[in-house]
Amino acid sequence: MSFDLLVSALIAGLLLGGFYAAVTVGISISFGILDIVNIAHPGFIILGSYFAYLLNSKFGIDPILAGIIALPAFYALGAAVYQVYYVSFERRGKEALAGLAFFFGLLFISEVLLVLGVGVDYRYVQAGYIDQNLGKFLGAAGSALPKLIAELPMRMLVPCVGSLLMFGALLAFIKRTFIGRAIMAVAQDQLALQLMAADPIRIKRIAFAISIATAALAGAFLIIIQPVEPSVGREYIGRVFAICVLGGLGSLPGTIIGAMLLGVVESITSTFYGPSWAPAVAFGLLLLTLAFRPSGILGRQ
Amino acid sequence: MRSRIFFVVMILIAAAIYAIARTYNNEYYFFAIYTVLQYVVLATAWNILGGYTGYVNFGSAAFFAVGAYSSVVLHKLWPDVPVPLLIVVGGAVSGLIGFGMGYLTLRLRGAFFAIATLAMAVVLQTLITNWSFVGGSRGAYVIRPQKVDASLFGDTIANFITTVIATSYLQYLCLVMFVLAVAALTTARAIERSALGYGFATIRDDELAAEASGVPTLKLKLIATTLSGAFMGMAGAPFPYYISFIQPSSAFGLEYAVNSIAMPMIGGTSSWIGPLVGAVLLGSLQQWATVNISSAVGVLLVGVLLVVFVVVAPNGLVGLFKQTFMGKKA
Repeated sequence: MSFDLLVSALIAGLLLGGFYAAVTVGISISFGILDIVNIAHPGFIILGSYFAYLLNSKFGIDPILAGIIALPAFYALGAAVYQVYYVSFERRGKEALAGLAFFFGLLFISEVLLVLGVGVDYRYVQAGYIDQNLGKFLGAAGSALPKLIAELPMRMLVPCVGSLLMFGALLAFIKRTFIGRAIMAVAQDQLALQLMAADPIRIKRIAFAISIATAALAGAFLIIIQPVEPSVGREYIGRVFAICVLGGLGSLPGTIIGAMLLGVVESITSTFYGPSWAPAVAFGLLLLTLAFRPSGILGRQ
Repeated sequence: MRSRIFFVVMILIAAAIYAIARTYNNEYYFFAIYTVLQYVVLATAWNILGGYTGYVNFGSAAFFAVGAYSSVVLHKLWPDVPVPLLIVVGGAVSGLIGFGMGYLTLRLRGAFFAIATLAMAVVLQTLITNWSFVGGSRGAYVIRPQKVDASLFGDTIANFITTVIATSYLQYLCLVMFVLAVAALTTARAIERSALGYGFATIRDDELAAEASGVPTLKLKLIATTLSGAFMGMAGAPFPYYISFIQPSSAFGLEYAVNSIAMPMIGGTSSWIGPLVGAVLLGSLQQWATVNISSAVGVLLVGVLLVVFVVVAPNGLVGLFKQTFMGKKA
């Protein structure tokens, strides 16, 4: 095991982890804070990827811009899904079994619809920066950078930076605004929120809609990193829940830590043992966390 | 009705269906019936855990695949292992995995169990994809015999079996599946009427209260995961012979996970009839759609029906039937 290889696997893992944070933040909100087990979240991410692909291939729009364009539509979609979920399950107090089946069905329907609609071929996006590394992208200024940094691939760097920006914005929103604080409050005491003259259902709807909106951007990041086909989402189910549980449910900083940890472990595994073992890492980590420390790293005990 | 009588009645019904199919003697019918029966077993097995105790298992495909791959291993080691023995071994291995799974996660809330089953499916799929002895990602061929080997019973009976009862190996597999389906249904029905079934129901309705009143919830849940996993493994064990070529992506196919959830939920999860009704209706519907439209549309239909039913009719077809014809409030 050479030292250079280890360092580059470590850096690749951190970049991957940044991206995983964007993929997971939606689940952290819906599952961690709202207690809605939205296993269809990866399905929404793949929808986001295909939206970016369509805008990119038809109109040549930058995939990240496409993700931003998709935000309102995904927000509305999320609000609609929550409304159905609330009316059918939460209000009846039957969310456990039927709610899980509902989201499982949604995941499945979105995948099959994509297969029928766009086929099972791998799709990818094009943008000037995707096949460059940082040094080449910066041109003259890039040549002054140390070799290790100059060789960072833009394919990984752009999604990572974009993810962290999105994550930071969400964190600020939750910490600083009334609605953000209300979202944290609804997780703890719904009744108290009602006494403060805030409608808990409305707050939950907003929070869930935001969680789905993050999937639009996460999907755009995903298709920059790798070509996408409809069933890719399944690989991410384990990853997002592993990160969410690993970091501690309901803790957004925990999500970043969990994401980075998983990114690094996966990257080291695929560097030294081969990429075909990487999917088992996330799930293995998830099973171990569930078995031995279900509250996660930063979770409430 | 006593379980023994129920078993005999179901065997007679199964024999009647098989006899009717035999008079047509079209191999496709056996092909289709086998698939539907396989789903009857999977749906019933899922319902023992999901319907009776309320713990959702998303990893049905993994239990099914473990059963199938344990057959592949046995077939590679000893090519002449009879199918019933394969089923016993496949069931035992899957049951063991179900037990381990339950032991690791059942102390947690229900949602974690559901997620952990998804996780386990991917771990097992990765293991098998990387295991070259069973073909790895390229898959493995399992050539099924032309004729049933019944020489064990002496010449006259063997001759009777291969010319009258099952003229092809597929018919034999179909018969085996009939027996398995009847066994699964009888077990599920027996559980419902026993102390075990009432214990399961208390877990589903209020686990905390059940525990407080002295129900050994962990033990009961472990029984449920083991039993449910074992039946799923048994459903998968004959699969390599049925399909002749097996690869991880087909054995771990999402359609098994979706169907084994959708069929009980659409049929109704409260009793053994629900999974049976759901599996027969949806299984036939899928066969019809596969032949007439495409298999993707078939599974899409099941997905849409699942979502519609959990939203509109959470008690399934059986619940709807009771509500309309027996005036019972759901």
